[in-house]
Amino acid sequence: MIGLTHYLTLAAILFTIGVFGIFVNRKNIIVILMSIELILLAVNINLVAFSVYLHDVVGQIFAMFVLTVAAAEAAVGLAILVTFFRNRGDIAVDDASVMKG
Amino acid sequence: MPLATIAFYLMATVTVLAALAVVTARNPVHSVLFLITAFFSAAGLFVLMGAEFLAMLLVVVYVGAVAVLFLFVVMMLDVDFKSLRQGFAQYLPVGLIIAGILTIEMIIVATSVATRGAASKVVGPEASAPDVSNAETIGRVLYTDYAYFFQAAGLVLLVAMIGAIVLTLRHKPGVKRQNIAAQTARGPKTGMTIVDIKPGAGEGE
Repeated sequence: MIGLTHYLTLAAILFTIGVFGIFVNRKNIIVILMSIELILLAVNINLVAFSVYLHDVVGQIFAMFVLTVAAAEAAVGLAILVTFFRNRGDIAVDDASVMKG
Repeated sequence: MPLATIAFYLMATVTVLAALAVVTARNPVHSVLFLITAFFSAAGLFVLMGAEFLAMLLVVVYVGAVAVLFLFVVMMLDVDFKSLRQGFAQYLPVGLIIAGILTIEMIIVATSVATRGAASKVVGPEASAPDVSNAETIGRVLYTDYAYFFQAAGLVLLVAMIGAIVLTLRHKPGVKRQNIAAQTARGPKTGMTIVDIKPGAGEGE
């Protein structure tokens, strides 16, 4: 029987993989953005699992809002990335300090 | 073993392996494709829990929009991804240690919450109210109690859309563009000149 613990463990492992991805790919901002998506997916799995096992639909509604914010974040992040690439010809995170005003 | 258990372990394994491949793949295009795999199997897990609406949302929004956006950007940018992998081996040990500690801590917390918390008294999973579909259950709460939050989410998307357009919009010099206001404002006074030509002499440059 699959219980709440199984889903929470899976979400914990996914979250950690996301954090690990940010650690090892510090130079590649595209993979960092994908790692953030993985972290938000783990959060969504947590929200839905609690919603389902506590019989409260509000968790699923908050998962929907997290999905919205994740989509907005990805769009703006990739737009900044494209602009940065146009100006610098490279996407190394180390040079990102030139973005400050 | 019941079918649901097999399905859970299958999809959970695929999700975790795909997520690992996302962060370790050499080619970012492969990373994006593995991200799509991870989202698909996570959607399968949502279906398993009974949250069908969110599963479909995950497929449509993430696989259909966000992952394709990632794919476009990765293929559009001509980046030397080899140089971006520098430091991977250097940060690997400390990353593994921190990831290991984080996983163990989170699993301990999750287990104690699930076995001793509020969820321990609940008998079984239930994603929607009895005799009502999952989408209708969400709709009944989302459009009543959370109507303002719903509007705010729409506003967030609008701001993100305008922000992305403003950031990436670029006017190339030397490209001719149609200026409709200037076109419609043009009248006889600006569009035409009357020249008095002397007899015998042409109108030349």
